[in-house]
Amino acid sequence: MLKNFGDALKSAFRKIANAPFIDKSLIKEVVRDIQRALIAGDVNVKLVLEVSKRIERRALEEKPLPGMSNREHVLRILHEELASILGKGRELPLKKQRIMMVGLYGQGKTTTCGKLAKLFQKKGMKVALIAGDVHRPAAYEQLKQIAESINVPVYGGGKTAEKTVKEGLEKFSKYDVIIIDTAGRHALEDDLIKEMKNVAKIANPDEKILVIDASVGQQAGKQAKAFNDAIGITGVILTKMDGTAKGGGALSAVAETGAPIVYIGVGEHMEDLEKFDATRFLSRLLGMGDLQSLLEKAEEAAKGKEKKVEEAAKKMLSGRFTLLDMYEQMELLSGMGPFQKLADLLPLGGKLRDEDVQATQERLKKFRVIMDSMTRKELENPAIIKSSHIKRIARGAGVETRDVKELIKYYNTSKKMMKSLSNKRMQRKLMKQLGMKI
Amino acid sequence: MFRFLRRKIRETEEAIEKEAESEVKEKKGVLGIGEKKLDELLWQLEMALLESDVALEVVEEIKREVKKNLLGMSRKEAKEAVERALKEAISNILKQSEGDFFSQVEKAEKPYVIMFVGVNGSGKTTAIAKLAHMLKKKGYSCVIAAGDTFRAGAIEQLERHAKNLDIKLIKHDFGADPAAVAYDAIEHAKARHKDFVLIDTAGRMQTNINLMEEMRKIKRVANPDMIIFVGDALTGNDAIEQARRFNEVVGIDGVILTKVDTDAKGGAALSIAYAIKKPLYFIGVGQDYDDQIPFRADWMMERIFGED
Ligand SMILES: Nc1nc2c(ncn2[C@@H]2O[C@H](COP(=O)(O)OP(=O)(O)OP(=O)(O)O)[C@@H](O)[C@H]2O)c(=O)[nH]1
Ligand SMILES: Nc1nc2c(ncn2[C@@H]2O[C@H](COP(=O)(O)OP(=O)(O)OP(=O)(O)O)[C@@H](O)[C@H]2O)c(=O)[nH]1
Ligand SMILES: [Mg+2]
Ligand SMILES: [Mg+2]
Repeated sequence: MLKNFGDALKSAFRKIANAPFIDKSLIKEVVRDIQRALIAGDVNVKLVLEVSKRIERRALEEKPLPGMSNREHVLRILHEELASILGKGRELPLKKQRIMMVGLYGQGKTTTCGKLAKLFQKKGMKVALIAGDVHRPAAYEQLKQIAESINVPVYGGGKTAEKTVKEGLEKFSKYDVIIIDTAGRHALEDDLIKEMKNVAKIANPDEKILVIDASVGQQAGKQAKAFNDAIGITGVILTKMDGTAKGGGALSAVAETGAPIVYIGVGEHMEDLEKFDATRFLSRLLGMGDLQSLLEKAEEAAKGKEKKVEEAAKKMLSGRFTLLDMYEQMELLSGMGPFQKLADLLPLGGKLRDEDVQATQERLKKFRVIMDSMTRKELENPAIIKSSHIKRIARGAGVETRDVKELIKYYNTSKKMMKSLSNKRMQRKLMKQLGMKI
Repeated sequence: MFRFLRRKIRETEEAIEKEAESEVKEKKGVLGIGEKKLDELLWQLEMALLESDVALEVVEEIKREVKKNLLGMSRKEAKEAVERALKEAISNILKQSEGDFFSQVEKAEKPYVIMFVGVNGSGKTTAIAKLAHMLKKKGYSCVIAAGDTFRAGAIEQLERHAKNLDIKLIKHDFGADPAAVAYDAIEHAKARHKDFVLIDTAGRMQTNINLMEEMRKIKRVANPDMIIFVGDALTGNDAIEQARRFNEVVGIDGVILTKVDTDAKGGAALSIAYAIKKPLYFIGVGQDYDDQIPFRADWMMERIFGED
């Protein structure tokens, strides 16, 4: 027989906490997959462990948005966590400035000097280059040829980096953007780190850009830290993203320096520089083309639910309450978010016992079947349902007539409950809670 | 030696011992250590490998091997076997990697033609200069072909090296056909009875079909005796993909791993060995011409497990 409405509603509310069901072992599995993807994508191993621990905890604590599977639920959290490491995207501002390029050997610094020069030039700014690499054989010739190809003046050929940069800055004092190339170096080379510091002091650059190759593995974070400690990195450019490397090293570098990725290099030509897109980057890192659409789905789900809840609340307050409304509400109760605020306000809300969850789910399933064999009119106005209707409906749904009667009784009780919400004070409180205009 | 490895192994052993005790009861000695437990226990070693930039695929292979060896052992056996099993698994992969470059090339017919390939900025040009220096010290004569006619300053870079080392460089203009440069260098070597021809090529991404095709064409024209893949020790998981693709397209005979002087542990050596099973002849350890030394498998082991 029909349990009293209070218990049933409580049970339905109970579903909020449990459903859609978070399958612990499934979540662990998804998190392990993510771990593998991140490690295979060259993200720092310790960082991966840290992040995945956080993801697992959140995935188990937070409720999935309705319509999202466990996997999607975890991925959404994963995206949030990684995106928060990547930080707010940033492009270099279009202003008068000095930019110094630094990084490990052969990462693409000199080439990227040319790419950046071309970028600013296209925006109508006066750009000049300084060849601050006095160590690599023909580093100056390389930059010179790049400069010629894009029609930008270059200064270089000095004995030391310090002297070259100083003279270059004097020569180009009237230029808008001055880009300084420096030699490759690594964290353990004290003399070269010192040279870099000297150049940074002389040039006092607005931007100190760390250039990092997408294929760099576990060293990325460590090396980035050394560069950051020495001169303070303001941005990262990730090169060679036209290959198969995932670029996870850049994530470690960003985590270590706090400096955002400003551009990515996608080829050897001067125009092969692109804006950094965090979601695209993460899709590639995780090997999931569907990340973007997943996020859209999550957003839709969140938005759609909010709208539905609002509609339901409005209907509820209008006093109109059909069988469909009842069913919709019961389904909504299995969601989370704004509706929970509503739940807390309902007379029978509050703390619920663990019992009857199963029974209510069963009941919901049965209701669905029964309602499917009702006519539109019957659904909208259950009062018209007579005993002859009940027989027909029961036969159509393959249930007993008492099941149909149970549904109707359940509905009538619910409707009475809803009426109790229609006093003014209650309404005000409810609407305020839901953030609706009064 | 192997201080770090020893410590990790000790931790692993202790864990195994603890687990084994509780498991002995369950399994009544049929299985000393279950697979799931072993996974957990080997985690430490796995981490050490991953943090050394050994590609995930390779780490999993090593783990599989070690597990195969330890599974079902009694705890006492397992205790002794961890270190051995690990070393064995790694040296199995590195087995094909130790090869003596000079014994390979010294007896061969001259001129001996070597072509260098690899992704952008891996250190091809520098490796050529270092090898030319090495060969010259051994009394051989060399010609270098400036086969990178694409990248800005590439020809000038080699010119500078050739001048420093007093070695003949064959070059064409910027943008010329690299195959033609290689051909001319070989003709030059034949005419002047030079011993070695070292062909530089432009860096290229293994995903760039046109450039990979161009590389194949250079090979066709130059018909080199040896193709050396130059890999960067800073590379992480992509090392496998790079080596595989280059090997598929032109066939790799040997490897040079550069930039090992950076703090990188150079697990890429293991990844490349695993991917293509070709000898790793040299490692680059700095900017000077003398900074290129033969590779040794036990050096790699020491590098991954020896330091803390
Ligand atoms: N495919 C590809 N190649 C790139 C990209 N950026 C740079 N390169 C290539 O990478 C190689 C190294 O680039 P460089 O600009 O010389 O690097 P660097 O950091 O200045 O090198 P050092 O001065 O020797 O430390 C060259 O072959 C470039 O053409 C990119 O985004 N994609
Ligand atoms: N620290 C260190 N740097 C190296 C080593 N080998 C090469 N480099 C540096 O790495 C950078 C790139 O080396 P290159 O020889 O120009 O590389 P590449 O493969 O010819 O580059 P592309 O022709 O542009 O593809 C240079 O700055 C070299 O000095 C090494 O063993 N150790
Ligand atoms: Mg440079
Ligand atoms: Mg080169």
